[in-house]
Amino acid sequence: MSTSTAATDLRARQDKGRKTAQNREKWAQGRTYISAAVILIWCLAPAYWMVVTAFREVGFTYDTSILPTHVTLDNFATAFDTSFGNRFGQALLNSIFIGVVVTAVSLLIGVFAAYALARLNFRFKFLVLGFILGASMFPGVALITPLFQLFTNIGWMGTYQALIIPSISFVLPLTVYTLTSFFREMPWELEESARVDGCTQGQAFRKVIMPLAAPAIFTTAILAFISSWNEFLIASQLSSDATQPVTVAIASFAGAQPNQIPYTAIMAAGTIVTIPLVILVLVFQRKIVAGLTAGAVK
Amino acid sequence: MATELGPTPVKKPASGGPEVHHAPKGVGEDNKLMSQGRWASWLLAPTIIALGVVIVYPIISAIVMSFQKDAGLDPVTGLFTAGGPAGIQNYVNWIGQQCAAPGGGTIACPPGTLGGQFWSATTTTFIFTIITVTFETILGFWMAMIMARTFKGRSLIRAAVLVPWAIPTAVTAQLWLFIFDFEGIANKLFNASILWTGSEWPAKWAVIIADTWKTTPFMALLILAGLQMIPAEVYEAAKVDGATAWQRFRLITLPLVKPALMVAILFRTLDALRMFDLPYILTQGANNTTTLSILVINQIRQGFNAAAALSTITFIIIFLVAFIFVRFLGANVVEQSGATGKGKK
Repeated sequence: MSTSTAATDLRARQDKGRKTAQNREKWAQGRTYISAAVILIWCLAPAYWMVVTAFREVGFTYDTSILPTHVTLDNFATAFDTSFGNRFGQALLNSIFIGVVVTAVSLLIGVFAAYALARLNFRFKFLVLGFILGASMFPGVALITPLFQLFTNIGWMGTYQALIIPSISFVLPLTVYTLTSFFREMPWELEESARVDGCTQGQAFRKVIMPLAAPAIFTTAILAFISSWNEFLIASQLSSDATQPVTVAIASFAGAQPNQIPYTAIMAAGTIVTIPLVILVLVFQRKIVAGLTAGAVK
Repeated sequence: MATELGPTPVKKPASGGPEVHHAPKGVGEDNKLMSQGRWASWLLAPTIIALGVVIVYPIISAIVMSFQKDAGLDPVTGLFTAGGPAGIQNYVNWIGQQCAAPGGGTIACPPGTLGGQFWSATTTTFIFTIITVTFETILGFWMAMIMARTFKGRSLIRAAVLVPWAIPTAVTAQLWLFIFDFEGIANKLFNASILWTGSEWPAKWAVIIADTWKTTPFMALLILAGLQMIPAEVYEAAKVDGATAWQRFRLITLPLVKPALMVAILFRTLDALRMFDLPYILTQGANNTTTLSILVINQIRQGFNAAAALSTITFIIIFLVAFIFVRFLGANVVEQSGATGKGKK
């Protein structure tokens, strides 16, 4: 008899233990959701505020209701309006042009370096990698003074090349080390297997390596484009009204009254500049995060 | 084939296989290394040349410029000063906050001039750096710990943190300028009436908060990547051995995530030390929010050479901080970023 009571006792205790463990689990899960909600609000609320304001009538700029009120599309028209000296439309085109050229050049040059750093053994590899990493951390102000003088002397101030060339200084290192860590993860053995299976070197490259490398290159291209798109320091000093990118245009956005900042129009412009990037980033979220952290954690 | 005497006579074993060649050991390997080295230098040449043109050349010319006197009218005294070699005078002027005196020589810069702002700009830069990086590390670590857990909607959070990161800094600055407007949502929300950009500490906090918002996600993602490298079995084993949550955090998470964390902190610190966009747009550097980068930019139009000296000082400061990190705090960036080609294959 005593054994059976002991058994039920044990079972009861086990049940109780399981219950408290379940409770604790539930409680932990609940806390996780609360924390997650806090993170969500902290990250999205300011961005949401920008979008809501962008759709608000000018007269209700400082309206504080959380939901959209006094909805209008006027601000987007104002953003593109050139009568107050703003050139947002032109700036948008400039940013796209500069971004595409900088990205293309950096990829074209960087892909070879990344291949060498990921696949080949050679002396001074650490030195080269250190140099490239150091270059990506380089302060922009250290370049701007001599470039300002140089471009003034040769009459390049305000030209596209004066904006493109300095941008390469930070986009190229980013491209190289992101690609390097992507390439290092790629299953290069497949190339050899393809050769064994009768592919020529060209076929192996085209049919095996290219499809494998394409996502890596594409992700790197997005990261490179974003970092060029966000550049402000160099552009604010070396661009002219005709060549300024969006970041400069938005920073110096003028309104009808000189003493009043046209917030709703600026928020509309900000929304236009941001939404494509956010969509791009959300669609390729996994790849972007992998690329972003590639440099820091192998 | 066999009769041909190529430069690499024994290249039989594919990588990974046992080495079976009987040639004097090392010769074949050396040749292979040499040909790979030649290949590598061709592949690396375009990048090295491009970086040489866009980084090394400007740096050298900045250093050369910094030892030259600025010609032209002195903005303070209105006197004409001739150019020519200046020795280390530009550096001495910045660090001693000295300006050219009307009768030759130098005097302490009058308040309000750029020359008198070196130390305040340096202090501001370091205040921004220390506070923002501390906030971002703590917040980022916390976010990463949450994101590492498994729960429904995790991918939503991971997507959401990318939003602040994807918004250009110039837009971020304008957005927070609006939020911190006197009539803006920040004051309304906390029922306060603070002139955020009107006095020193509110202005500083505005910049700090905006920067923390913008860059914490980057930090969180780097730390998350580090956390995910830790195998779950380690935690399981510790749990079985009866380690408390705090012990697991202190004895497993912290030491194992440390390399990734150090690199994240290093990246953010170097980034914060060159902070420009946010304070330049948010406060225009008013109320003691002028960072070293802003001071350089303001100086450019008043004299290239003095600006070059200041930018060189900024560069040296950043370099020293990076050096301290790598040398004494063990942030091994190069190794961490994975140049482990030696042992592998």
